[in-house]
Amino acid sequence: MSSKDQLAVKNLHVGFQNKKSFTKIIDGINFSVKKGETLCIVGESGCGKSLTSLSIMGLLPKTGKVSEGEILFDGQDLTGLNEKQMSKIRGNEISMIFQEPMTSLNPVHKIGWQISESIVLHQKLSKKQAEEKAIDMLKLVGIPSPDKRIHQYPHELSGGMRQRVMIAMALSCNPKLLIADEPTTALDVTIQAQILELMNKLKTELHMSIIMITHDLGVVSEIADKVLVMYAGKVVEYSDVKTLFANPQHPYTQGLIESIPKLNEEQDELPIIKGSVPSPDEMPKGCRFSTRCPYATNACFNEVPPMISGEAGHQVHCWKYTECWEIVEKEGLIDAGMRETAAASQLIGS
Amino acid sequence: MQACEKQQPQVSLLEVRSLKKYFPVGKPGLFSREKQEVKAVDDISFSVKKGETLGIVGESGCGKSTMGRAILQLQAPTGGEVLFEGQDISKLSKKEIRDLRKDIQIIFQDPFGSLNQRMTVGAMLSEIVHVHKIVPKEKELNYVQKLLQDVGLRAEHYWRYPHEFSGGQRQRISIARALAVRPKLIICDEAVSALDVSVQAQVLNLLQKLKQKYQLTYIFISHDLSVVKHISDRVGVMYLGKMVELADKHEMYSNPQHPYTKALFSAIPDVSSQAKKERVVLKGDVPSPLDIPSGCRFHSRCPLATDKCKAEAPEFRDLNRVHKAACHYV
Repeated sequence: MSSKDQLAVKNLHVGFQNKKSFTKIIDGINFSVKKGETLCIVGESGCGKSLTSLSIMGLLPKTGKVSEGEILFDGQDLTGLNEKQMSKIRGNEISMIFQEPMTSLNPVHKIGWQISESIVLHQKLSKKQAEEKAIDMLKLVGIPSPDKRIHQYPHELSGGMRQRVMIAMALSCNPKLLIADEPTTALDVTIQAQILELMNKLKTELHMSIIMITHDLGVVSEIADKVLVMYAGKVVEYSDVKTLFANPQHPYTQGLIESIPKLNEEQDELPIIKGSVPSPDEMPKGCRFSTRCPYATNACFNEVPPMISGEAGHQVHCWKYTECWEIVEKEGLIDAGMRETAAASQLIGS
Repeated sequence: MQACEKQQPQVSLLEVRSLKKYFPVGKPGLFSREKQEVKAVDDISFSVKKGETLGIVGESGCGKSTMGRAILQLQAPTGGEVLFEGQDISKLSKKEIRDLRKDIQIIFQDPFGSLNQRMTVGAMLSEIVHVHKIVPKEKELNYVQKLLQDVGLRAEHYWRYPHEFSGGQRQRISIARALAVRPKLIICDEAVSALDVSVQAQVLNLLQKLKQKYQLTYIFISHDLSVVKHISDRVGVMYLGKMVELADKHEMYSNPQHPYTKALFSAIPDVSSQAKKERVVLKGDVPSPLDIPSGCRFHSRCPLATDKCKAEAPEFRDLNRVHKAACHYV
């Protein structure tokens, strides 16, 4: 783990334990988030992206368990902490914004108290000081007349306003890491644009790291520095945002990007990914995407592909690139980046 | 008749004339002041031609779903006329409305909530076929299984229950249910919004294939502008119960006129253009429909608003042959 990493997740396995068996949902994922960086985790429902964030927060449901792996936050392994230690970090150094601003605020408390509660708890301020801080936070997230708003209940606010309150609450203790789980999914596009703009502004102002979980690739292109694409509990591609959209490598990422209707071109029929995501207890033996992949070969069906890394940390979990990307690594001393891109794009062309 | 249809593609299948749907709020009690109303749909007119797809976009609460339901007479309109094949359907008796369901169907957003959990898919579809007497009883099984195959499911799915299907498959069942009565018009109310992108693409392709095969007409209601662009021939934009702009798809997306439409389009995060575009970020929220701004309803958020906008409601007028908008300054 380099000293710049705020969070490093290493070989994380998460699953659910029932009386008889252990169903693994997340199967060995690795990633890291640098200070001041935004990582987006993308994937369809059921791919394990929300479970990843809950594991980091230590908020797994009772039957959920991290069976293997480390979550290093500032060099400290979070999986080994007990509940008391964890509650010192949660809400203070790591905080989270949930998808549903309608249901994740407490309807019987005024929003001012909901924000100042964690400030009183973590920063040992008096209630009066905490209330002032809460007003500052509401001002920061762009809520008009915050000194009046703190005396209102959640039902008096609109969806966009509630999401701003959630953000204010999450930011109230100046966290080093903010996890946002589908923060704009329940909002309209014009409000989504406001919230994304706000998050980008706050990231630079407060210099924090963000992990954003979303299924919307449009949102990813707006906010991410790095992107982690997940499929059925595994990472399939990990790259910086520009490379991912300009030159997606994994067939799943390619399919995902192609299947969005484009605004600036005409298509008679949308390209699709055939079939649907396999259920956790009937995962294919080899590559998990092999049953839906147009390029699948024998190797794909039988053996799990290795993680192959190319230029600038671009990683792909796919058999398709083993040959050309390995060659590049051997010749790595001579202008590796250029050749690699050329080789990869040739492969896609053919 | 059929030959004549081909020569006249301009025939309107559906015509909506100043449709209104108001909901009363609260009971008038002893101390209540005047009766309050939510004007969910307020004076909307448009027509849908045979064989076309009309997309309706707008943010939540703009009245797009209520409009869909009012057209279908699921909620009786407060005022206005809905002409289906020239006949005013807003004044039909219950029995006549039931017959009308054979011609107009709806597909809902939530594939988990809109299917009966206690019936097999076959029973559910056969019931519809039976009630509306679409085919003779001995042919029902065959007919329903054929229908399942048409929407990309298998014949043996006839005996399964909804919980055995994934979200995308359930939406296919909803589509089969709508198709079972051989309708002429299908209203798709956020039909693909709850689905993942890869599944969404599958269902969109299916809808287009079926449109060809069964010569359907769609009203496609969605908040997703790129989906609407993909599937529609014409697009209408709604804001707070009013239609603010209605145009041919290409005209609408290449040359939007109303400031709200412009803001809406610029707010879409788009994957295909990496260059950061100039963005109109609207200030504030959609006003409450209980307290609609005077004059133009958009003036409280409009970057171009003037005194005239506050005082006078703009007329929904023709800009050219394929383009209508409601703004004083277009």
